[in-house]
Amino acid sequence: MIINGVTIDKTFAEAFPMKATRAIITAQNEKWAMISAQAMTGFATSVIACGCEAGIERVLSPNETPDGRPGVAIMIYAMGGKGLAKQLETRAGQCVLTSPTSALFAGIEGGKPIPLGKNLRYFGDGFQIAKKIGGKRYWRVPVMDGEFLTEATTGMVDAVGGGNFLVLAESQPQALAACEAAIEEMRKIPNVIMPFPGGVVRSGSKVGSKYKSLGASTNDAFCPTLKGVTKTDLSPEIESVMEIVIDGLSKEDIDRAMRVGIQAVCDLGAANGIKRISAGNYGGKLGPFHFHLQEIMA
Amino acid sequence: MSALTFTLKQPTAQRVDMSPLVCQKLQGLDVDAIAAIELQNGKSRPRVDELFYITGMNTQEIIIANSTNKLDFIGKELDGGSISVQGDAGAYLGMQMKAGSITVSGDAGLYAACEMKNGLVQIDGNAGDFLGGALPGNKQGMKGGIVLVKGNVGQRAGDHMRRGQILIEGNAGDYCGSRMLAGTIAVMGNTGRYLGYAMRRGTLLLWNQPQLSATFNDCGSHTLAFLPILFASFKSLNSRFAESAVAFNRVQRYGGDMAETGRGEVLVRI
Repeated sequence: MIINGVTIDKTFAEAFPMKATRAIITAQNEKWAMISAQAMTGFATSVIACGCEAGIERVLSPNETPDGRPGVAIMIYAMGGKGLAKQLETRAGQCVLTSPTSALFAGIEGGKPIPLGKNLRYFGDGFQIAKKIGGKRYWRVPVMDGEFLTEATTGMVDAVGGGNFLVLAESQPQALAACEAAIEEMRKIPNVIMPFPGGVVRSGSKVGSKYKSLGASTNDAFCPTLKGVTKTDLSPEIESVMEIVIDGLSKEDIDRAMRVGIQAVCDLGAANGIKRISAGNYGGKLGPFHFHLQEIMA
Repeated sequence: MSALTFTLKQPTAQRVDMSPLVCQKLQGLDVDAIAAIELQNGKSRPRVDELFYITGMNTQEIIIANSTNKLDFIGKELDGGSISVQGDAGAYLGMQMKAGSITVSGDAGLYAACEMKNGLVQIDGNAGDFLGGALPGNKQGMKGGIVLVKGNVGQRAGDHMRRGQILIEGNAGDYCGSRMLAGTIAVMGNTGRYLGYAMRRGTLLLWNQPQLSATFNDCGSHTLAFLPILFASFKSLNSRFAESAVAFNRVQRYGGDMAETGRGEVLVRI
């Protein structure tokens, strides 16, 4: 399959089941909601070492938020429910409770309830106040700038992590420009996050390593500087490869995000140095969800 | 299927215990069986059809027409369905109800919604003393749900209240929110003396400045984020509380009762 001069490999991205949740952070204005959201989703690029994968899903207008203030929806993904709950609570406590004017609400109705502000309330040292409104429990925690309002729980649902595609380009600037174009379009798709810095990862990994202590290591088949010394997947003209990783609430959500992302890359096309689209494929060993690139783009 | 309607034939001299006539107890019964139920009426136990004309079949939608303030325990322990009272209701309206809704077009007597657990009680007229309170000797009053009163309420509204919301469009009598454990009481009109007497936790939300006891301390003026959410939850009610114009998020906060734990609050619109 070739789109605008870009070859779409006959391969598939491999993804695995995760647990996910969404939270809504609001603040006096969008600037401070975003600051809090960025803090909460920081250091959360990969479960390999961060404990979770997190990202900003989108900015919410005041009429979309529970308290009528500007907000940001964030999502957190982890390999298990216990780990997800721990990450959510720690991050909410250190990054949202602390952030001026912030409030924190559930972003997923249904699913299994996990603590959002349920335990953060103890920061109130006995002065915290519970309010059950419309079937939901909120906590009002007195803080130095007024009150921190938080919903007690949010929902945890089954999700899919690790959807991905690789952009193979003739130069590093061209690869990055294509990824930036893809991310811009993919951020419009609901229920997905691209957890790496700016949505793009330049250090795609393979499963395993020559070093026993490491579970993952550099994906040498796609490293352009190793073309001559390893079993490479790259043709001579490829000088840079970048990857976009997608976590989503369902396989269909990731399908949609991959489609618009790959399309944005292909729109730049061969004329802008984009040669191929491939995907992280580990022969079916990594996970049960397979995203066939040519089927997605058909 | 039309609503099961009990029309009172004539006002009774003695009080009537209406607790057998709730949706869950009548479910599955035919009209003859319902007519044969005996109700306590003073010292006698007349059949339902001796006191009421019975029409309709839907046991999950009950109408009590021509109702008077002698009909006690309407909707006691109601666990789903609706009861509409056309006229006044006696004492203990919706006592310990668990779910469903009760509406009263007239007034309600003492102890309306006392120890209520969930659901909605709407009283278009006035309500008596101990609205949403605890029965004498009991430690906890209303534990959930919403009580809406469009008129005035008597003394000790929300006495020992544990959770839920009491919304009063009119005035509240003395000792409103007394011994409250938690929950919210909102009063659009005026409040009487000894507001929040011995309240431990909970919120008294007021539109007008009350006469406060010395055991309530001024905590200053504040913009509280939970208030817009609270008012938004009233949108579905048939009430002035649903109007955007009555909502506010800027309040003067008084903490108390300091003679108790002092974790309660009186919030007054500013």
